[in-house]
Amino acid sequence: MSHARLTSKQSWGGQPLAALTAASASRRDFLKVSASAGGGLLLSFALPDLVAAAAPDTETTIFNAYVRIAPDNIVTIMSKNPEIGQGIKTMLPMLIAEELDVDWSQVRIEQTLADSAIYGRQVAGGSMATPLEWDPMRKVGAAARQMLVAAAARRWKVAVSECDTVSGKVRHQASGRALSYGALAAAAAKLPVPNLDRVKLKDAKDYKIIGHSVPGVDGPKMVKGETLFGIDTVVPGMLYAVFEKCPVFGGKVVEANIDAVGKMPGVRSAFVVQGGTDLTGLMPGVAIVAESWWQAEKARQKLQVKWNEGATRAQSSDGFTRQAVAFGSKTPAASLRNDGDAAAALKSAARVVEAAYHYPFIAHATLEPMNCTARVQGGRAEIWAPTQNPEPGRQLVAKTLGLDPKNITIHMTLVGGGFGRRLMNDYMVEAAWISKAAGAPVKLLWNRADDIQHDFYRPAGWHFLKGGLDQDGRLVAWQQHFVSFGDNGRFASSANLDASTFPAGRVPNLSIGYSLIPFGIPTGPLRAPGDNALAFVFQSFIDEMAHAAGEDPLQFQIDLLGNDETLAGRGEGFNTGRARAVLEKVREVSGWGKGDLPPRAGRGVAVYYSHLGYFAEVAEVAVANDGRLKINKVWAVGDIGSPVINPTAAENMAQGGILDGCGEALNQKITIENGRVVQANFDTFAPLRLTQAPPVEVHFLKTDHSPTGLGEPPLPPAIPALCNAIFAATGKRIRTLPIDPEPLKA
Amino acid sequence: MQYTLHVNGRARKVDVDSDTPLLWVLRDVIDLKGTKFGCGAGLCGACTVHLDGAPARSCVTAISNVGTAAVTTIEGIGNTPIGARLQKAWLDVDVVQCGYCQPGQIMSAAALLAQTKTPSDEDINRAMNGNICRCGTYPRIREAIKQAAKADLGAAATKKGA
Repeated sequence: MSHARLTSKQSWGGQPLAALTAASASRRDFLKVSASAGGGLLLSFALPDLVAAAAPDTETTIFNAYVRIAPDNIVTIMSKNPEIGQGIKTMLPMLIAEELDVDWSQVRIEQTLADSAIYGRQVAGGSMATPLEWDPMRKVGAAARQMLVAAAARRWKVAVSECDTVSGKVRHQASGRALSYGALAAAAAKLPVPNLDRVKLKDAKDYKIIGHSVPGVDGPKMVKGETLFGIDTVVPGMLYAVFEKCPVFGGKVVEANIDAVGKMPGVRSAFVVQGGTDLTGLMPGVAIVAESWWQAEKARQKLQVKWNEGATRAQSSDGFTRQAVAFGSKTPAASLRNDGDAAAALKSAARVVEAAYHYPFIAHATLEPMNCTARVQGGRAEIWAPTQNPEPGRQLVAKTLGLDPKNITIHMTLVGGGFGRRLMNDYMVEAAWISKAAGAPVKLLWNRADDIQHDFYRPAGWHFLKGGLDQDGRLVAWQQHFVSFGDNGRFASSANLDASTFPAGRVPNLSIGYSLIPFGIPTGPLRAPGDNALAFVFQSFIDEMAHAAGEDPLQFQIDLLGNDETLAGRGEGFNTGRARAVLEKVREVSGWGKGDLPPRAGRGVAVYYSHLGYFAEVAEVAVANDGRLKINKVWAVGDIGSPVINPTAAENMAQGGILDGCGEALNQKITIENGRVVQANFDTFAPLRLTQAPPVEVHFLKTDHSPTGLGEPPLPPAIPALCNAIFAATGKRIRTLPIDPEPLKA
Repeated sequence: MQYTLHVNGRARKVDVDSDTPLLWVLRDVIDLKGTKFGCGAGLCGACTVHLDGAPARSCVTAISNVGTAAVTTIEGIGNTPIGARLQKAWLDVDVVQCGYCQPGQIMSAAALLAQTKTPSDEDINRAMNGNICRCGTYPRIREAIKQAAKADLGAAATKKGA
């Protein structure tokens, strides 16, 4: 479809756009309506903060959603965010369709191009789409509905207040007349645009789509193998590429036998890419371009590269651990938080518990390996990318290839798993560079070893903890030394710690400090970044303190949460009442503390706040005499506000996040040796398998808060709930991930 | 080398190197993109197809070893009663998240149901453990297989009753 463009020189709805682009001054949402190519109604919408993102004197179009209504009453809704399996392509259009008051069966959904000037934020990350789009998308639908009603009232010469809507029709009850939206769309498009601050939104009790389970829109094609992911892209004249990088991060090409490789069957060209030194950008390597991917991959087996491996060669997981342990015996290099006097409180505590926790690097291992198709020609680039974050990819390609960002078109394909990996766009710039150098459209596809060995890893971390209880078993002291990665006092990507993490604010004497190890390993966000590791540490150590106090671990956490209060911290702050409520509900639904379990079976609990969502989870495990672990079941209670927009997708997503956490805890570890990753495929880096997956029972507390996202918050508590269950079953405390079954033997 | 494959009931002539995995012939030569690449080593099941009804990992099956076997892919499995029931159950249960592994999951499940009409959890474990789903849709995959199996019993009962 064509996208109407609005320039800064145009006026709109009687207001000059310049006035609206002064976003700091304007809190007004605004709308644009125009006739669509098909003669229907095209509705667009912009957000003030997105206006702010636009350069003041560029010709920008600032729409971020579209509704098209065709004369046959089919409503096409554009979905603007990358679909990575989180269900956004279904969910965002549900919001518009609800307020537009159409039947879901009338709705068709199209994916937009990547264009932040038009659509604003187009990111699959941070569980942010729901909180950011909840109001704007509903207002788009409501405004369109209001204009359609106005058009009908005008045609019938009746008052707007006498008309209502149902299933894509406007009705005039008194006369029994009705017109479809399709019949009204052209007239409606000529009417003034309502002020979005004043459009009337439905009462939640009247929802027919929101809060009702809507199956994923691509499901019917997916089960027939008809949907197209990035890897399925075909462009006329396309060649296939592989790209070999130095196994040691940051290594450079000294020489390669590209002449010999270039003569292999089907190979069109083989060449060295000089690349740079930024691990998030185009790195050095050797590209092989062939008539088929298999031929390129086979030619690669003959490739011999002499690398200058560089300084990172000296780094290893064992070496990092040695450095971390050395740091652990010293005072932290810097402080993150200091409440009261933790050192003094530990001295006077009735009971002190000391523990060291460690978790490894892990990879994302999306099932669809990194790939991208690019056609770079004559100063322009067209890119088909399975990306979670297209705009930084465009900037990276523009900078690296010397292109104007305006001349780069990015198609967002379906994405075969993201988990944060595709927030980075290294594979995009590789494809673009290779296409330009090869002088042809190219599909670059990594093999699994490329994918596991050239990731942006969840950083490893080490925590040295002391906790103190008073005479009454209350947690009065908490001292934590976090050894992480970074340089010059700055944490590496996703290697930081949020010092507002519970129990901070609820322990009178608490100090958290950190020391950093400089390193050359690329790290980045993995589903629930930071929290996927920190929940394990915080919630396991609280469990240790509960057992030391001789308290029921669930009640101990409830007592520690204390009064309902919002504590300063990330997001909207940490609401202790919401955390307590999910804990109490999970106690009820899991039957916590009731009934006897067989020997070597046990239950553990954890509660965690991340990405605006609260989750409490209980895991039940049985540990065989040989140490093998079976997770019998997980119960989860979430508070992500209300309504839960698409219940079937929400349950699926919560189960998936929890099972992802189980997989990390049970199986996953990336080992660095000589500056390179040891693991190369799913035999050594193992995602959770079906036999390891327990049933997961999910409940949602429907609280009075606006709905928030679900991609991330269910994951973090799954890991400590599981580890705490193992302690309950065996008396063995898991302080290192992944879980080693050896010490769990009877 | 020239080969004649029998894919979803159609003869397809292809000309590729003899060691080319069936996966790449399906995907890049005869343009059946539903079969997916995940690991290249038979470890994830995304590339599962049927050879004469038996599940096979097409990423490690050289074209020269396919011979005259009937190749069935996700694009063709819906033409079988079991495949059609599984696809319907997959939709009824709303299994899919990203969807990338699901063609392989459905192919493994179809091979299971062809052998075992009413699979137990243990049967499902054995047949499906080679198929990775990174999104963690396993509980729904299990449920959908059971539902498809039940649908078969339902159909049989109706037929009998009629």
